[in-house]
Amino acid sequence: MAVLLEKNFPVEAGAFTTAGEASTTIKRTLKQLGIGPEVLRRVSVACYEVELNLVIHSRGGTLTLLVDPEKVTLISKDVGPGIPDIEKAMTEGFSTASDEARTLGFGAGMGLPNMKRNASEFDIQSEVGVGTTITMSFALK
Amino acid sequence: MTVREVMQIVDGKILVGEDRLDTPVDTACGSDLMSDVLAFVKEKAVLITGLINPHVVRTSEMLDITCIVFSRGKMPSEEILEMAEEVGIAVISSPLTTYTACGELYLHGLPGTKPKKPAPEGA
Repeated sequence: MAVLLEKNFPVEAGAFTTAGEASTTIKRTLKQLGIGPEVLRRVSVACYEVELNLVIHSRGGTLTLLVDPEKVTLISKDVGPGIPDIEKAMTEGFSTASDEARTLGFGAGMGLPNMKRNASEFDIQSEVGVGTTITMSFALK
Repeated sequence: MTVREVMQIVDGKILVGEDRLDTPVDTACGSDLMSDVLAFVKEKAVLITGLINPHVVRTSEMLDITCIVFSRGKMPSEEILEMAEEVGIAVISSPLTTYTACGELYLHGLPGTKPKKPAPEGA
């Protein structure tokens, strides 16, 4: 499918102050493209969750936005540390977030399940010592 | 219910969005946990929270939340107010505790967000 738009957003580990800026830009970009409010909301929530995860848990990574006529795709790819037990990480309430993240109101163990709930398709691949890649797509039709 | 009615019910002061006092709201959520807000809240909502940091606005922006009520008389920073202004979210400061503010709004007919599961559309 022809890609209409591709944008990459580097996300820095531990950058709590700027966390969410990529999601804000992505939301505005999609709004300008005329993406409907229901899909836009689901993309925004999942995007913010995955961006926060990059800030809270990863050693840094990149968020990629792809838009084609059928769907919006978000890819989060980090450079580690990787998730030892994906099934556990996908459980609501399970979290390894830092106190800093919790002070800001995050780290309740809702992130990954919430991404899965909002996306039309959700895939997570992770290898300890290598990194984690999360791919989410949101059908437009 | 409108933002204006929310302001009156929680005995609050509008800090951002005086021009949006007549905007309708359908539902509300009281939480200091943004993780839960992201997982449960629907559109046209009021968020009542005692947590004050820019991520409250960021979270609200992602969810298209209409109005944030900061409880216990907390005053958000200029940075937070500017962010809210930029994204068009009304901000109210209320002297009530989170529990009381939620209770008053509920008593006046503003329902809570329905529990999710399984579908995101609440089907």
